[in-house]
Amino acid sequence: MIAAVGHFTLAAALAVSLIQMVVPLWGLRSRNVSSLSVALPAAYASFALIVCAFALLTVAFLNNDFSISYVAHQSNSALPLIYKISAVWGGHEGSLLLWMLMLTGWGVAVASRSRKLPLEISATVLSVIAAITVGFLLFVLLTSNPFERLFPALQEGRDLNPLLQDPGLAIHPPMLYMGYVGFTVPFAFAIAALLHGRLDTAWLRWTRPWATWAWSYLTLGIMLGSWWAYNELGWGGWWFWDPVENASFMPWLVGTALIHSLAATEKRRVLASWTILLAIAAFALSLLGTFLVRSGVLVSVHAFATDPARGVYILGFFSVVVGGSLALYTWRAAKMSLQAPIRLNSREGLLLVNNVLLVVAAFSVLLGTLYPLLVDALGLPKPSVGPPWFNATFVPLMLPMLALVGFSWRVNWWKADWGQAVRANRIAMLIALVGGLALPIVTPNVRGLGIFVAMILAVWCVVTALAEILGWLRKGRLPPASVLGMSVAHLGLGVCAIGIGMVSQADSELDLAMRPGDVAEFGGYQWEFEGTEHLEGPNYSAEHGVIVVRGDQGQELTVLEPEKRRYRSQPGNPMTESAINIGLFRDLYVSLGEPLGDQAWSVRLYVKPFIRWIWMGAILMALGGAIAATDRRYRMRKTQDEGVALAGAQA
Amino acid sequence: MKRLVLAFPLLVLVVLIVALGRGLSLDPREVDSPLIGKPAPAFTLPLLSGDRLVNQDLFLGQVSLLNVWASWCVACRAEHGILNALSKQPDMHIYGLNYKDETIDAKRWLAERGNPYEATLRDYDGQVGIDWGVYGVPETFVVDKHGVIRAKRIGPLTWDYVNQELLPLLEQLKGEA
Repeated sequence: MIAAVGHFTLAAALAVSLIQMVVPLWGLRSRNVSSLSVALPAAYASFALIVCAFALLTVAFLNNDFSISYVAHQSNSALPLIYKISAVWGGHEGSLLLWMLMLTGWGVAVASRSRKLPLEISATVLSVIAAITVGFLLFVLLTSNPFERLFPALQEGRDLNPLLQDPGLAIHPPMLYMGYVGFTVPFAFAIAALLHGRLDTAWLRWTRPWATWAWSYLTLGIMLGSWWAYNELGWGGWWFWDPVENASFMPWLVGTALIHSLAATEKRRVLASWTILLAIAAFALSLLGTFLVRSGVLVSVHAFATDPARGVYILGFFSVVVGGSLALYTWRAAKMSLQAPIRLNSREGLLLVNNVLLVVAAFSVLLGTLYPLLVDALGLPKPSVGPPWFNATFVPLMLPMLALVGFSWRVNWWKADWGQAVRANRIAMLIALVGGLALPIVTPNVRGLGIFVAMILAVWCVVTALAEILGWLRKGRLPPASVLGMSVAHLGLGVCAIGIGMVSQADSELDLAMRPGDVAEFGGYQWEFEGTEHLEGPNYSAEHGVIVVRGDQGQELTVLEPEKRRYRSQPGNPMTESAINIGLFRDLYVSLGEPLGDQAWSVRLYVKPFIRWIWMGAILMALGGAIAATDRRYRMRKTQDEGVALAGAQA
Repeated sequence: MKRLVLAFPLLVLVVLIVALGRGLSLDPREVDSPLIGKPAPAFTLPLLSGDRLVNQDLFLGQVSLLNVWASWCVACRAEHGILNALSKQPDMHIYGLNYKDETIDAKRWLAERGNPYEATLRDYDGQVGIDWGVYGVPETFVVDKHGVIRAKRIGPLTWDYVNQELLPLLEQLKGEA
C-alpha cells in the first residue's frame, strides 16, 4: 500500500514539475502573464508531493516494512529509532529522495520571496529549478525507485551499514545536500540572467543571499562529515582527500570564489561574466559530485551504492545541463552589460586574486580526484595520487590567501593605498607575529618550521577579523550584518587554519600492547588500562575497554571507554568505536586494536592538539555566512523599488 | 578572440565528459594482465616483520593468493573483512604485498584490522609492483603450485567474486598436478 502510494506520488511530482518547467518558458515566448505565474503554485505543489513521498518512505522504515526492497536493504527491526529515521537517506534511493526534497524546498523558498522579483525572472528561475527536478525524478523513477517492491518480503532487514550508525551521520547528509542543492538557485539565477541578458545591481542583490545560504549549509555539511570521520573511522584522521570528500570540497571552493566575486561585481561592476561562470561551475561541480559518488567510476569508502547504469544516466544528465548552460554562456556572456576594467591594485583586484587562488585550488583537487580516471581513459598505467599530491598543491595556495584575507577590508575599492593599509594594521601585525611564534612554542611536540609561517598567517587572519568587529563596537554600534558576517567568517577561517596547522604538525600517537593494570606515560598524561569486558548491544556485540587518564600530578582527568564492535549483519568486519575526551586545546583519543590474548590488547593513544578548532572555525564560517545573508539591503529592495516606481509615476 | 575565451569552459567540459564516459565504459576490473599464464616475476623482498628476505620460490608447492595493499588505500579497507574470513579456511595461503607504504603504518593497520597474511612482503618503492604490473591498490593475484600467475583481480575483492570465481578457481588449481 505505502509502496503504491509512494510511487504514485513521485509520478505526480514528475507531472507537476514538467508543467513548472514548460509552461513558464512558453509564457516567456508568448508574453503570457498567466502562464508565467503558473510557476509559483507548481513549485509549492511539487514540494508538497515530494514531502508526501518522503514521509511515506519514513513511515515504511518505522513500520519495518521489509516488503519494500530499499527498506529491507537499509534497515533492521533491531535498529534504534534514530537510525531508522536516518536510514531513510542512508542508501542511494533514499538519498536521492532527500536531494529532491531539498531541491523543491529551495524552489518553494524562491517562490515565497518572488514578490520582490520581476515575474519573468522568478518564473525563469523556477522553471530552471523544475528542469533539474524533472531530471532527478526521471532518474529515480527509471533507475532507483525507493518504493521498489520485494517479493517475497524478507522477514528481517539487512541492517544499515554499521559505519553509518552514528549521530553525526544522521545530520551530515541533510546539511551537505542543502548546500549542494542550494547552488541550484544561483545557477538558476545565472541562467535567467543569460536568457534575459540582464545582469544589474538588482540581479546581484537577489542572487547574493542565495549563494551565501547555500555556501553556509555546505560548510556545515562538510564540517559534520569531517567530524563523523574522526569519530567513526577510528584512526584519528579528520580529512582523507577521499574522492567523495573532494566531491563536496570542490563546489565549496568554487562557491567561496562565487560569493566573493558577487561582492566585487555588486560594488564595482567588474567580473560580471566571471561571476556567472562561477555560478554555473559551482552547480556543475555539485552534479559532478553526485556522478562520482553514485556511478562507481571511483572506488571510495563512501561509495556505498554504485551501479554503472545509473552512472550513464547521471553523466548524460550532467552533459545536457552543464553543456547546455555553458553553450548558453558562450553565446550570451559577451553581451552582459557590466564590464568595467579591473585594476589589480585595489580591493576588487585582491578579490580577483582570491578567486584565482580558489579556482586553481579547486582545479588541483579536481585533477587529483580524476587523475586515475583520466589516465585510465588514455590507456596508461594507473598511478595512485594520495594525500601527498593534495597537500603539496593545496597548502601553498591557501597560505597567501590567509595573508590577503587580513588586508581585505583595509584596502580600498578602486585604488589601494598600501601604506595606509599597513599603518592601520601595525598592531595586528605585531600581535600576529608574536602570537604565531608563541603558539607553536608553547604546544608540545611541534615538528617542522613551516608551522610558524602558517600560524603567523592564521593568527593574522583572526586578529584582523576581531579588530574589524571591535572597531565598530568602539564607535558604539554593531557592524552592519554584511560586515559582521564577513568578519565572523574570516575569523572562522583563521581559527580553522590554526586547528589544521596544529593537528597536522603537532599531534602525537602511540601504539602499544597493554594488559589490565598497565600504565603508559605519553604526551604528558598517564594512561591506565583497566581491561575489557564483553557487552551486548541492540544489533551488535562488543568488547568494551576502560582506560583511566591522569594528569602529570596523578589527578584523574577522564575515563575513556573505547569499544570493538561486531555488528550481527557484518560479523567479518569489526568496527572500532574510539573513545574521545574533548578539550579546547587538545583531544585525548583512544581506540582498541586487536586482542593479543591473555587479556592483553593492542591499544592506540592519541593527543590531538587544537583539533576542535577546525570544526569551531567551520561553524564560525557557516555562521558568518548566515549573518551576511540576512543583511538588510537584500530585504529592502521591495520598498526601494516601490519608491522608484512611485517617483516614475509622478514624473 | 573574446568568443574563444568564453568557449573555454565548454571545451574543458567536453574533455571532462569524454574522460568520464570512457571511465564508465571501461570496467577497471576487467583489464587482462599480460602476466596471466606466465611465471611470477622474480623478486627479492624483505618481510614486513623484518626478519628475512624472500623470493618468488615462496609460491612453489601450493596454491597462493598475493594481495597488494597499502595502509593509505581506502578501498583496501572494504575488502579486508573478506581477506580475514578467507584466511580462516583450510589450505588457504594468502600473502600480502605492502605497496609504497611506511612500515609503522602497515604494522598498525594489521594490528588494528586483523592480519590475514601468512607473510607480508615489503615493496617500499613500488619496484616489484611495476614488475607485476600493479595498476592501483588493491589487487589480488592467484599463483598456482608451479609459481605461475593464473588470475588477477583489479580493485577490491567482493563476496560475489570470491564465491563465484575465486573459490572455484582455487579448487581447480589445487586439483592440478
